[in-house]
Amino acid sequence: MSLQDKKLHLGKNDLRELLYKMLRIRLFEERCAELYTQEKIRGFLHLYIGEEAIAVGICQSLLSDDRLVCTYREHGHALARGMSMTEVMAEMFGRTNGCSRGRGGSMHLFSAEHNFYGGNAIVAGGLPLAVGMALADKKLNRDRVTCCFFGEGAVAEGEFHESLNLAVLWKLPILFICENNLYAMGTALERSESETELYRKAASYSMPAKYVDGMNVVEIEIAAKQALDEIRLGQGPQFLECRCYRFKGHSMFDTQLYRGKEEVEKWLDKGPIVQLVQWLSDNYDLTAEEVDDMKQRINLEIDAAVAESEQGELEPVSDLLKDVYTEVTHG
Amino acid sequence: MAESTQVTLTYREAVREALREALEKDPRVFLMGEDVGRYGGCYAVSKGLIDQFGEDRVMDTPLSESGFVGAGVGAALAGMRPIVEVMTVNFSLLALDQIVNNAATIRHMSGGQFNIPLVIRMATGAGRQLAAQHSHSLECWYAHVPGLKVLTPATISDARYVLEMALHDPDPVIIFEHVMLYNEEAELLPKEQIAAMDKAVIRRAGQDLSLITYGGSLGKTLVAADQLASEGINAEVIDLRCLRPLDKTTLLESLSRTHRAVLVDESWKTGGMAAEISAMLMEEAFWDLDAPVLRVCSQEVPIPYPEHLERAALPQVADIIAAVKSLPGVL
Repeated sequence: MSLQDKKLHLGKNDLRELLYKMLRIRLFEERCAELYTQEKIRGFLHLYIGEEAIAVGICQSLLSDDRLVCTYREHGHALARGMSMTEVMAEMFGRTNGCSRGRGGSMHLFSAEHNFYGGNAIVAGGLPLAVGMALADKKLNRDRVTCCFFGEGAVAEGEFHESLNLAVLWKLPILFICENNLYAMGTALERSESETELYRKAASYSMPAKYVDGMNVVEIEIAAKQALDEIRLGQGPQFLECRCYRFKGHSMFDTQLYRGKEEVEKWLDKGPIVQLVQWLSDNYDLTAEEVDDMKQRINLEIDAAVAESEQGELEPVSDLLKDVYTEVTHG
Repeated sequence: MAESTQVTLTYREAVREALREALEKDPRVFLMGEDVGRYGGCYAVSKGLIDQFGEDRVMDTPLSESGFVGAGVGAALAGMRPIVEVMTVNFSLLALDQIVNNAATIRHMSGGQFNIPLVIRMATGAGRQLAAQHSHSLECWYAHVPGLKVLTPATISDARYVLEMALHDPDPVIIFEHVMLYNEEAELLPKEQIAAMDKAVIRRAGQDLSLITYGGSLGKTLVAADQLASEGINAEVIDLRCLRPLDKTTLLESLSRTHRAVLVDESWKTGGMAAEISAMLMEEAFWDLDAPVLRVCSQEVPIPYPEHLERAALPQVADIIAAVKSLPGVL
């Protein structure tokens, strides 16, 4: 890992902050898995474990007005964006103190306050939305960037290609972030794509496109900052392929028959958190006690979020049909 | 009364004037779709609008139905008032994901945080010998989906005025324009005489039975009613105008007087709008009925190209008359 020459604007404290944010997602997700086996969380649960560096690295350079469009594997993005653990956890508990009043669950986190537009459970379904929001911002002369996250499975969908084409054609302020974790559910990249260097597909639409090590939070942070700066100048969309690995199954139902344990273990050593811990230990005197302390603080936050989620109220059945349509007040 | 202000318009001109007015009144409104700009619209509806409003407000899109309909959803989410034209309902199948999975769900699924003030217009229906892939009537597919509103303007005045109502609605509205109506011509009624967009309207009063129809079938149904009148059968003709939400009140009130109903619907009989209304009448007006509810729909066949087969496949005036006469107690 050659962080030395890339750290640029990131100092010792910045790096510790990035580590803390990644740990926060990791521990939150691990608790979610536990709560799922306890049947506190139901439905589909897709964990972000192993991919934390991407959401953290990208969100670091976002402004409060910027928009995020994410997929069903979006807990990490919500936390990195600044949503509280309680509103995310309570959403998975199906309680009204959840960010979507408990109606969406794990796959549909929304927050108007954070310009967080889901949580889309149709692969590539969020890309056209991102195009539209960026189009509106451009028309209204707003200085905002829309960050659109999706997995590499989306690249096979027509909506991916339609959206990239439109974004370039209309020169829209969008950062497309492909989280390439090598498997679309159980189908390996090389079994689904004719061109596995995915950034090349984006480049073919005439937009700046590159790949970064999706396990290296610093590399992602630097690439995202540069891309966002350029997008803010009105230079049109950009594409970042973050090559990473999903340490857990696609969802909690996944028995992972399609890959071997050795493969997973090989990737674990390259994990975004172990890498950064190692580097900080070697170069910035990070101690095991410091990491334990971080974990302790995070676990307290998670405990509180779980407690508040347990206490959250269930929406009354009488409100079932509320918000299918906007209630128009007459008068 | 002075008659100097009478205006006669074609359906096409009525929609165009509605679009022009919408673009003039609200800077957030823009029209986008395939060939809506320089070509002037596949059915010449938007002809000339690009010259008046420029290409930022009358936007030609590539052939990317899912992409630009989804962009409409996103732009609506971000504060614009997009009017998206999908050339025909046949092509809208390529955008079903965005309409059904995004436009219809986001308000409810986000706990009411976001609404989608989007208008989608599309041509529908058969009768121009365009064969099986360009003759669909799939309005009922959209009317099936909670979260959407579905309008079927059948008159020149409705074509002129429902767009404004749809744009004022905070939720997604789909407007179906039957292809056989574009050349129809009639005098424009004053705006004050136009019912709210979600109200059914009695187009012809009668006491012997209720003929219930919408869109492109209204004309045929009125002709059938005239012929029936000459034989002493007085049919009431109801134009649904809005397929979701359905104006049950008007239907049930009519049934309470006529006690018989025949539905005329150009879509296929199986699982169509007529089936839905028939079931509703059975549930809510059973004791008012003196005869079975009958349906006059398209034959269960892909609509064929030759004129005589196309005619045989679609509901015709003679079919409506035959259905009415088969009702017990009518003759």
